[in-house]
Amino acid sequence: MLGKRFGVLLVLLAFIMVFSGTGLADEVRIGVYEPLTGPMAAGGQMTLEGIRLAHALYPTVLGKEVRLFVEDNKTDKAEAALTVSRLIELHRVNAIIGSYGSSLAMSGGPVAKTAGIPVMGCSPTHPLVTQDNDYYFRACFIDPFQGHIMATYAYHTLGIREVAIIQDIAQDYSVGLAHFFREAFVELTGDPASVVGMSSYQTLDTDFTAQLTYLRGLNPEAVFAPGYYGDVALLITQARELGMEIPFLGGDACEAPEFIEIGGENVEGVAISTHYSADAPVTEESTKFVDAFYEKYGHAPSAFAALGYDAYLLILDAIQRADSTDPQDIRDALAQTEGFEGATGFITMDEGGDAVKTGIILQVEDGEFKYAGSVEPQ
Amino acid sequence: MTKKQMLILFIGVVIVAGFLVYANLTFDAYMLRVLNLIAIYMSAALGLCLINGFTGQFSLGIAGFMAVGAYAASLVTLPIAAKETIFFITPLIWPFNSLELPFVAGIIFAAIVTAIFSFLIGFPVLRLRGDYLAIATLGFSEIIRVVSTNTVSITNGALGLRSIPPYTNIWWSFGFAAFALFVIWRLINSSYGRAFKAIRDNDVAAEAMGIGLFKHKLLAFVVGSTLAGVSGAFLAHLLTAIDPAMFRFFLTFNVLLMIVLGGMSSITGAVLGASIVTFLFEFLRYLDSPMDLGFITIPGAPGLRMVIFSTLLIVMILFRRQGLMGSKELTFEWIEKQLARFGGKKGKPREGDNHANP
Amino acid sequence: MSLTHFFQHFTNAIYLGSLYALIAIGYTMVYGILRLINFAHGELLIVGAFIAYYGILIFHLPWWLSFLVAIALGAFVGVSLDRIAYRPLRQRDAPRISLLVSAIGASFFLQNIGLVIIGGRHKAFYRPPFFAQTTQLGEVSVMNFLFVIPLITLLILGGVFFLVYRTRTGMAMRALAKDYPTARLMGININRIIAYTFALGSALAAIGGIMYAMRYPAIHPLAGVLPGIKCFIAAVVGGIGNVPGAVIGGFLLGFLEIMGIAFFPHLAGYRDAIAFIVLLLILSFKPTGLMGEQVVEKV
Repeated sequence: MLGKRFGVLLVLLAFIMVFSGTGLADEVRIGVYEPLTGPMAAGGQMTLEGIRLAHALYPTVLGKEVRLFVEDNKTDKAEAALTVSRLIELHRVNAIIGSYGSSLAMSGGPVAKTAGIPVMGCSPTHPLVTQDNDYYFRACFIDPFQGHIMATYAYHTLGIREVAIIQDIAQDYSVGLAHFFREAFVELTGDPASVVGMSSYQTLDTDFTAQLTYLRGLNPEAVFAPGYYGDVALLITQARELGMEIPFLGGDACEAPEFIEIGGENVEGVAISTHYSADAPVTEESTKFVDAFYEKYGHAPSAFAALGYDAYLLILDAIQRADSTDPQDIRDALAQTEGFEGATGFITMDEGGDAVKTGIILQVEDGEFKYAGSVEPQ
Repeated sequence: MTKKQMLILFIGVVIVAGFLVYANLTFDAYMLRVLNLIAIYMSAALGLCLINGFTGQFSLGIAGFMAVGAYAASLVTLPIAAKETIFFITPLIWPFNSLELPFVAGIIFAAIVTAIFSFLIGFPVLRLRGDYLAIATLGFSEIIRVVSTNTVSITNGALGLRSIPPYTNIWWSFGFAAFALFVIWRLINSSYGRAFKAIRDNDVAAEAMGIGLFKHKLLAFVVGSTLAGVSGAFLAHLLTAIDPAMFRFFLTFNVLLMIVLGGMSSITGAVLGASIVTFLFEFLRYLDSPMDLGFITIPGAPGLRMVIFSTLLIVMILFRRQGLMGSKELTFEWIEKQLARFGGKKGKPREGDNHANP
Repeated sequence: MSLTHFFQHFTNAIYLGSLYALIAIGYTMVYGILRLINFAHGELLIVGAFIAYYGILIFHLPWWLSFLVAIALGAFVGVSLDRIAYRPLRQRDAPRISLLVSAIGASFFLQNIGLVIIGGRHKAFYRPPFFAQTTQLGEVSVMNFLFVIPLITLLILGGVFFLVYRTRTGMAMRALAKDYPTARLMGININRIIAYTFALGSALAAIGGIMYAMRYPAIHPLAGVLPGIKCFIAAVVGGIGNVPGAVIGGFLLGFLEIMGIAFFPHLAGYRDAIAFIVLLLILSFKPTGLMGEQVVEKV
């Protein structure tokens, strides 16, 4: 008897939960899909911090309240598509923010496109994310440019002429960035043999000694490792253990506090490309962002938090300019974003839906990421 | 089949088809997607059920075969223009780079390729037993994943395939599930099926009775794996983007959970298990995100879903290892009995009936 | 490849191999006696590492004390695992498949409960400074820790041998491994012996996990999966149930992995597949392993 009643209650609860997507029309709904668990959880969580901060500082637009719906895509492509579908169908969002991790963004993209809901990516840098998709935008630069940033830094600032690359072959971000870096570097040196060697590993591998010993034997002047922070920190540690003192360069996926925690002194001097630096505020909004972030979270913001913050603001700005909450109008307004003052700089959307911005270089100094230079867009 | 049974079957098909038509017209894209997933996983679960449940060969390699099927079909149906965009680092090899065939061709190709793969893999693997077979099939599944990550000129490696034409719809996925159901049902109710069960229960005795062990194991393995491969093809054309990381052990775990829950030796069990687990997977998403019930907000705990699923697996295997259905099926006889009971309650006294109070 | 290179690769291989060997011993012991692939062994590795990590971080224990506590608690976790997930099935004479499924479930459970409680981000494991220093032997760089691992492995081997061949409990374990039904008939308290075996195996896993975490000082709840599988393969290669075999298997696997990449650097991306290919080869040609005895199947 008790079981039956309990069962009925459960079913009722189930119904409430399943259908608690129906809401009020007098609000603006913004969906967020990020990896909050899984290998990319760090990036997703950092981005979410920025989004929530922006939401706290700017909770309304056009006189309506903004409601955030956050879904975890678990660093899984199938989940990415499902969470976007859910945000659109169940939660009836007007626009979406996400996702960290280009492969996840590429899974969610087609779903949003079919439904006609615009998506603002914060940090996915792979070119294919916005290609062929008018509904996908991003607040960050793309990997062809990112490859150019580090190649320029290596060539001009460090004076490197011979470099080796070690990529994470199981991550499209890493494979893509390695490819673009190589292209950019070869263009600078004019010599294809200036990339003396390329090696690979798989995500979450722990032993890189064989690959590193091989690369060591080719005598490069530096190594470019466009992988994720955990793997790259371990990799560099092992390189130092093998007696490799040469500089290591990384991409924006290395930007996480764990990179320094794990790498310790081994990663001192490592330079990475990224979208933003807390010690080099580029706009007034940057300063406002950094101060508010410290107040709310008690530590310095990462580039991903800054981009999350800007993504939210970009959508609000588009709604403001379009004077409408209709997804199609938001989409059109987003496409026309020009010189918008965000925390990461002045953002303009090009025809591909990508942001044209300056690239920032950070270097690990005394256990912290410090601003080390910038590269202007071509 | 008696006339009465055919009538029951016909009515059943009409009900299901009617539901599908209704779903297609009224459900939103999200719920349709979940429905499609249920059908796809159903087919994979049926395949695994045949191998593990009916023939007793504990294979942990189902994810690998789903990968093979998914890639095979997609490489054949992807538009040539899309291929050039996607394979921008290493170009796709011939003949795939000049192929662009309809969905049916993709499905057939997926079936053929998976059948060949499973046939070849079956040779070394099916000589092993129990735990060794399990770990060997797991090994092959992982090898397939690592190889597909690295053979960039065929699979595009980690970049994966995207812009796969979204051919999968309710009719295809449920149609194939029905086909898989039919195939397995016919196989099980034939002399082959009896041989499978004999092998499962006691393979030494079966061999002594003259049943060719290897031949039958291979048959079950190939058929089951091919069904999984084709379900993988459907999955690819539903998600429109695939990459090797999708087909890791986690996928095998999910399908395994489905048949354990439903009952490893039951076709009905596989169907039930697939439906329940896929539905639960979506439904329990709530636990991962904060729940705003208006008056209170329960903070979410990402990852809690999987804790519940693994607990479910352990609980099932500890307390009801035969699953929901055990070895029982939803048979015509059972349906007839239920209908007769219903008819009996309507006042027509039958012999032996208990006149139970409603 | 120059000679120096080769020596560096060789050193790397010994390093990796000795870690695999250490972990494989625990795996093989449990399997040898229980005939159970403890899928959750990889998780026991990481549980040990995390207990040590939190011992240092939250309770501010000195590192060596934290490690000891982790080993003890790791053994406890292993015994509990058996109690909850495996023993009930044994008592019901459940088919082997059920145990395997339970093991898979337990493995996923531990991984995900770790994800829920700890989160998926890497944590930096503590490394005692002496271990972290590198010594230069000619042109070859060697971490001091490298010398410690084989030492520990030898000590463990010694301890295990003593336990298994010189104590009554060990004799009971061997009896169980050799002939399960008869051992039961002889009045051996099966559950207790199995609990001891699990305690020992899990303690070894915890030791292995801590060593692993010191070598690769970035841990997270899923970090035990790959080493768990590879060390199981090492145990199979050596002959499951055979402790010296596990050591040989571990070294062999480590060598094949490193030397494979050393001689074929372009296959670096396939590295993880090497272990599986070795597994399939062994299972195809000598399923009882390199040191295993031929087991005659009695009908």
